[in-house]
Amino acid sequence: MKDTLEPKDSETVAKTGTGPRLMNRTPDEDPGPGLVTWYGGIHRRSELYLKGSALMGPGLIWLLIFLALPTSALTLLSLAQRGDFGDIHWVWNVDNYKRLLGYGLFGWTPDHLIILGRSLWVGLLTTVACVALAYPLTFYIATRPPKLRTCLLLLLIVPFWTNVVVRTYAWMLILSPQLPPAKIAAFLGFIPEGAPLFPGSFATYIGLVSTFLPFMALPLYSSVERLNWELLEAARDLYASRWQVFTQAILPQTRPGLTVGVIVTFIPAMAMFVVTDLLGGAKYMLIGNLIQNQFGQSRDWPFGAALCLALMTLTLIGLFLYRRWGNPEGGPEKEGGKRS
Amino acid sequence: MNAKRPIVAMVAICSLVFLYVPSLAVAVFSVNNARYGLVWKGFTWKWYERLFNNEAILEAALNSLLAAGISTVAATILGTALALGLDRFPWPRRLTKAMDLLVHLPVVTPDIILAAALVLTFNFLRGLSGLFDLGMTTLVLGHITFQISFVTLVVRSRLASLGRDIDEAARDLYATGSYLFLRVTLPLLAPGILAGAMLAFTLSLDDFIISFFTHGPDSVTLPIYIYSSVRRGVSPEIHALSTLVLLVTVMLVLAAERFSRFRAN
Repeated sequence: MKDTLEPKDSETVAKTGTGPRLMNRTPDEDPGPGLVTWYGGIHRRSELYLKGSALMGPGLIWLLIFLALPTSALTLLSLAQRGDFGDIHWVWNVDNYKRLLGYGLFGWTPDHLIILGRSLWVGLLTTVACVALAYPLTFYIATRPPKLRTCLLLLLIVPFWTNVVVRTYAWMLILSPQLPPAKIAAFLGFIPEGAPLFPGSFATYIGLVSTFLPFMALPLYSSVERLNWELLEAARDLYASRWQVFTQAILPQTRPGLTVGVIVTFIPAMAMFVVTDLLGGAKYMLIGNLIQNQFGQSRDWPFGAALCLALMTLTLIGLFLYRRWGNPEGGPEKEGGKRS
Repeated sequence: MNAKRPIVAMVAICSLVFLYVPSLAVAVFSVNNARYGLVWKGFTWKWYERLFNNEAILEAALNSLLAAGISTVAATILGTALALGLDRFPWPRRLTKAMDLLVHLPVVTPDIILAAALVLTFNFLRGLSGLFDLGMTTLVLGHITFQISFVTLVVRSRLASLGRDIDEAARDLYATGSYLFLRVTLPLLAPGILAGAMLAFTLSLDDFIISFFTHGPDSVTLPIYIYSSVRRGVSPEIHALSTLVLLVTVMLVLAAERFSRFRAN
């Protein structure tokens, strides 16, 4: 009975910081069998559960039917095979995964593995580029006078909400042959005269970085805004190099925002399909495009399901790697220890 | 500090330029009087006029608004109830954790997996009833599914910051049941619910991947329309349409900013 009440209460207290005022409540008192102290009154536990379930029921059932069950069903589907007419044959083997690793009818080809690797690489590079641009950007905004700061912040929020198709379309226009960027590239000999700068890897990265820069910068800004600048000065006074100031004074303080930014950039960038489809062309496919193909033109749902699971795995690996190596100083506990 | 950091300022300004130049170019060319090519041939509104005479575009805009409206209402009700249930009842800790995971799932899963899972569900349900042919219904159902999570998260954070003191005080004063909910909890929670609904509405209008997978021939939304015409090449009408979408975004952001500042004061 205690364990049901105490953790939740202490959580709320921690979040709201209203601990002392709640002192007069006594959750430890056992009001009797089947009863529970809740909101300062004594309630029958079963009655509370019934009311709670009635409130949450519709939403939870919705999420179960349209989200949890189908996502798990993808696992089962990945063990089936495509029939001759795009139907599903339940054969229960791992041929789809073999195909993913390159074993096909005509021997081994690395095509799918290349796409997987490329998705990881593109996600990583986009994230790194966004971090590199987002730090100066957020520092610049955070050090402006208040009015200008609000304006600049709004300038960052607008692209955050702008539709990705519209933004990608804008890049297709800018990179088209008649405009300066493509002309300069042609003059320097990177592309033939009169050719657009897309499709290709350059256009893909440009499109991805411009799409995800606001996603990186906004969470990071929330950390930079609260930065303790005295620590930076202290580090400089102690003869820290610029790099040391960054790793020792800035990075630990901005880590919460950075973590959110990396997660909301890396995962969607890896699975991106609009930008790569319009700016990357067929040669620059990512796993997102491959999945879309299976559920679209090829109508090979079982293979598409296997690809979804692969993407899920890549996502988890990315999260894991970030936790492992992205935090060289370790978790918050270590930091606290260092400070004291 | 500022004057000493010209590189930081330069990178920052370049980044902002990098974010805005493409959109501005689209806006400029949307009033350019040339059917083909990107050479300035004088000012015109004619691409905008054509836009408003194009039935396919008007229908797509209507579909976008309709889908966003219906799904937002449904997701706000479901999400708010879910948040209240999660936050205001003494669930065992493990159960809370499991339910949290379910609610957070759409936020961390790549959209395309969610879309694939939805296609799978609709295909299965179509076997049971003809209601689930790809179209407006499936589009709205798909949108509600990811909106619920975001509404729940926003409303829950508001519930957490409200704390329980006020509810308890109201109970001490013998407010119970529906009176307590309608007169105390709901008014306090309203800003959170409104913020969640606004988020859900914007997400729905903005969504491409899930709409792309779950839409039918009769329920093309604006992003899908733009995408399919872009694949056929750039055209002045799409410049004009993109500029309008952009302007609406700017206005929504400004309105949200005003609203939040109004609330802060």
